[in-house]
Amino acid sequence: MLPKEYSTISNLSGPLMVVEKINDVRYDELAEIRLASGERRRGRVLEITEDRALVQVYEGSTGIDADTTKIRFLGDVLMLPVGQSMLGRIFNGRGAPIDGGADIIPETALDVNGNPMNPYSRDYPSEFIQTGISTIDGMNPLVRGQKLPIFSGSGMPHNRMAAQIARQARIIGGHAAFAVVFAAMGITFEEASFFMEDFRKTGALERTVMFVNLADDPAIERIATPRLALTCAEYLAFEHDMHVLVILTDLTNYCEALREISAARKEVPGRRGYPGYLYTDLATMYERAGRLRGKQGSITQFPILTMPEDDKTHPIPDLTGYITEGQIILGRSLHRKGIYPPVDVMPSLSRLKDKGIGNGKTREDHADLMNQLFAAYSQGKEAKELAVILGDSALSEEDKAFAKFADLFEDTYVRQGEYENRTIEETLQLGWELLTIVPKKELKRIRDAYIEKYLEPLLVVKESKAS
Amino acid sequence: MASDKVLRGTIAKISGPLVVAKGMLGASMFDVVRVGRAGLVGEIIELRGDTVSVQVYEETSGLMPGEEVVDTNESLSVELGPGLIEQFYDGIQRPLQNIEKAAESPYITRGIIVPAISREKKWNFAPSANAGDDVEAGDILGTVKETVLVEHRIMVPPGMKGKITEIKSGEFTVEETVAVIEDERGARHEIAMLSRWPVRKPRPVAKRLAPEVPLSTGQRIVDMFFPIARGGTACVPGPFGSGKTVIQHQLAKWADAEIVVYIGCGERGNEMTDVLLEFPELEDPRSGQPLMKRTLLIANTSNMPVAAREASIYTGITIAEYFRDMGYSVALMADSTSRWAEALREMSGRLEEMPGEEGYPAYLGTRMASFYERAGRAICLGKDGREGAVSVIGAVSPPGGDLSEPVTQNTLRVAKVFWSLDAQLAYQRHFPAINWLNSYSLYTATLGEYWNDKYDGEWDDMRVQAMSILEEEDQLKEIVRLVGIDALSREERMTMETAKSLREDFLHQNSFHEIDTYASMDKQVKMLRNILTFNRLGLQALSRGALLREVINMPVREEIARMRYTPETKLDALDATEERIKDDLGRLAASGGEEDVA
Repeated sequence: MLPKEYSTISNLSGPLMVVEKINDVRYDELAEIRLASGERRRGRVLEITEDRALVQVYEGSTGIDADTTKIRFLGDVLMLPVGQSMLGRIFNGRGAPIDGGADIIPETALDVNGNPMNPYSRDYPSEFIQTGISTIDGMNPLVRGQKLPIFSGSGMPHNRMAAQIARQARIIGGHAAFAVVFAAMGITFEEASFFMEDFRKTGALERTVMFVNLADDPAIERIATPRLALTCAEYLAFEHDMHVLVILTDLTNYCEALREISAARKEVPGRRGYPGYLYTDLATMYERAGRLRGKQGSITQFPILTMPEDDKTHPIPDLTGYITEGQIILGRSLHRKGIYPPVDVMPSLSRLKDKGIGNGKTREDHADLMNQLFAAYSQGKEAKELAVILGDSALSEEDKAFAKFADLFEDTYVRQGEYENRTIEETLQLGWELLTIVPKKELKRIRDAYIEKYLEPLLVVKESKAS
Repeated sequence: MASDKVLRGTIAKISGPLVVAKGMLGASMFDVVRVGRAGLVGEIIELRGDTVSVQVYEETSGLMPGEEVVDTNESLSVELGPGLIEQFYDGIQRPLQNIEKAAESPYITRGIIVPAISREKKWNFAPSANAGDDVEAGDILGTVKETVLVEHRIMVPPGMKGKITEIKSGEFTVEETVAVIEDERGARHEIAMLSRWPVRKPRPVAKRLAPEVPLSTGQRIVDMFFPIARGGTACVPGPFGSGKTVIQHQLAKWADAEIVVYIGCGERGNEMTDVLLEFPELEDPRSGQPLMKRTLLIANTSNMPVAAREASIYTGITIAEYFRDMGYSVALMADSTSRWAEALREMSGRLEEMPGEEGYPAYLGTRMASFYERAGRAICLGKDGREGAVSVIGAVSPPGGDLSEPVTQNTLRVAKVFWSLDAQLAYQRHFPAINWLNSYSLYTATLGEYWNDKYDGEWDDMRVQAMSILEEEDQLKEIVRLVGIDALSREERMTMETAKSLREDFLHQNSFHEIDTYASMDKQVKMLRNILTFNRLGLQALSRGALLREVINMPVREEIARMRYTPETKLDALDATEERIKDDLGRLAASGGEEDVA
């Protein structure tokens, strides 16, 4: 029996509409809206009283009228049909294929909102992922099951970097099945086709599922897009034992859509007009990353967001930083110097790094070397600042060495090619080579044994070259 | 209120975690209700005629107007009794381990009802009172060895007084009667080990005391400069990445409390997993037993229902008070109270209340104050006059690190200790990133007296001296920035060196290093004494004509830098360092410099 059709739409405001005289409608239920033209749209119940329902229309309310438009409630929350055949396919922001292929053969259908993971059932993420990018692998290592956002700004190459990570990410010595789930929210056609082309060209598309909501697609649809992607990722990870890398771009557009709905509902706004529940809403997505005890697969998240005016205290990056396990921050000044990828290592942080590196995971000297590079780079930058104020001559020999170190660090360690895939050994080696610049007695953060083992041979080579 | 008839109403409106039900005449505020066919747990937070507003502790999607709402006639309560320690609860005290079993899934599904305390497990009850004894509320009837570290004391419930007519001994489940008390009117009360207490009502004490005993944490900057007292309150505000959670974890690990209640309120799931996996492995420095044996975890991660986040704080503090009543010193960590305030804000918004600052409800300040006020040191109920304490340490997550926001400001009004986390220090990888210039503790005066007694009056002097060196450094740095280091006198350069040593060798503490992670007060005093002695004698040597270079390049300074890695069992080594400082600098001063002191 088809559900009852209502033609009792009363108010329309922004993406919201009110339907009167309803019964048997559930909270959060999915609705189908039929316009006079025959066009069908989908919506979701946001609030419900005994005889009125407030419905959010995913495709926007343009063209809907109170007279001829009809609405049916479908009896269920938004479900996504999922199956392994989704790999290699491209879907729109509502989950319908847009690559010209046939509909997928679903193995099951899942509630897109998911359920919260039981913290007791989680397994702590501790396996190193090699991305081939030194500033991540060497300085802010990523582990399986982590959520590590990229904080970027407009005009910076976060997309190229995300594509590079998607291409290169792998587990050392592992042969486990690997997949990428990609959700685009409100990005331009150009950006989306960059990803599609890149994945197609490098053959990554076969193991990728793409959900694409473009800038001219309905904004409200963006609320659902990341949830579809994460539902698909959960299915692949925990039912098919795959290691899934989820790239969400651009979260700023998502939050904007959320603000639009909140404003239409006339809710009390929090900071900068964003709804007070932005934190909770973002958390329900970010927290879907992780590993589960007794399951092979994992979900690693790479949300990308552009910080308005590069301001880290803007509510979107701010709340994200409180939820995610660290952040990779792209620096405008590095970008201006023409350095790719422009990762600003000082404020970047990976909270889960300690358990993912070291003997048996990367290499015994990784932690010490990382700390020393941080310290030396920080000292070098300070020296350079001092030189700006007091002139180069005010610098001691040591300071000069550190300043040189900082320059070379940016030029050789941070900078790398878009298709340059460095192994962790190469990254570590590069770090040691840079440390030959600074006086050995300044290397306080590295155990003597490692200096002996890794630095001394390099110093010998350097001296023989000099003489 | 206590009628046999079950009160049933129907759902009239659903908006997120808020459900409005009508036909509920006779329901009371804060009654727990079961909502809808799935039997979701909720609590009445507003009453208007026969209409009530309910905050639902589980996901509400799929509910329909017209479904039933049933009043349980009980306010939101926690179960108290043996079996609490080592548990891992959600915000409304459901054991997460049993949720996993009941749901048969790693995800938390809805409508799961599992008891907080096992009904099957038998505990060995050893009576400590006798039949015929006159007892009053709080008197201890008997004890149960709950874990190797915790003796669970079964008390006469608050409000009861009478004569024990029967008391048993042996193995019982928590619901079985272990004692019978006959009150003055001749009514018989059967006492089981399990009791219940409404979470929003503080448990009574005989007399409240001022906090004057320190809560040692093993963290140098905390214990020495910004100490917290047993029964005191502290807050840790800081932007993300500044190490709030690491500090909370460190305190949960090393604070010398007998019971630790750790509430993960709206934070990351992986962090709770970390605690859960790590604590059973770590050893309590005082007892040598795993830390988990005295710890209880409550987790309502950020993706779990928002209303239960609001309840989790109360669940935690009620359990903490229960252990305080047994005479224990309890430390409660809440990470983070900002998420709790946000849950309040969300519910307030859905109730369409008039918002206060930044959308937070106008009663935010009162709620926060009444929560922190449940901390304290007290004489517990009971004839033996035992003493217990609940210390509360709340993390605050100010948006953008801006401390002027309402949650931080309201917290600062009530919390007595303020550990201000600094993003700049965190970038420099100086941890704990507690800023020594902005932070404060209002307990330093009282605790100073305590420690002065123990360390011959030296403690407070050293603290003040070290603090003033750090403050002076801050001013000198300003000069260096403007005109360069050459503008400073030798004495000022010495002060800069000592401040650097204080920062790097004392305040900086590596929580991931097996020895450095914890320092006893003995060790802290010796370390600080050595740094200050070096400063004092160094200045003396300078005044006798020694060169600055000679003083600051003394080999003994390497020993000072390594003091932190001295194990607790070998603290004599620090005294030896002190002797060496005195010898070497004494010789330098005597020679007036320009001489090899090796």
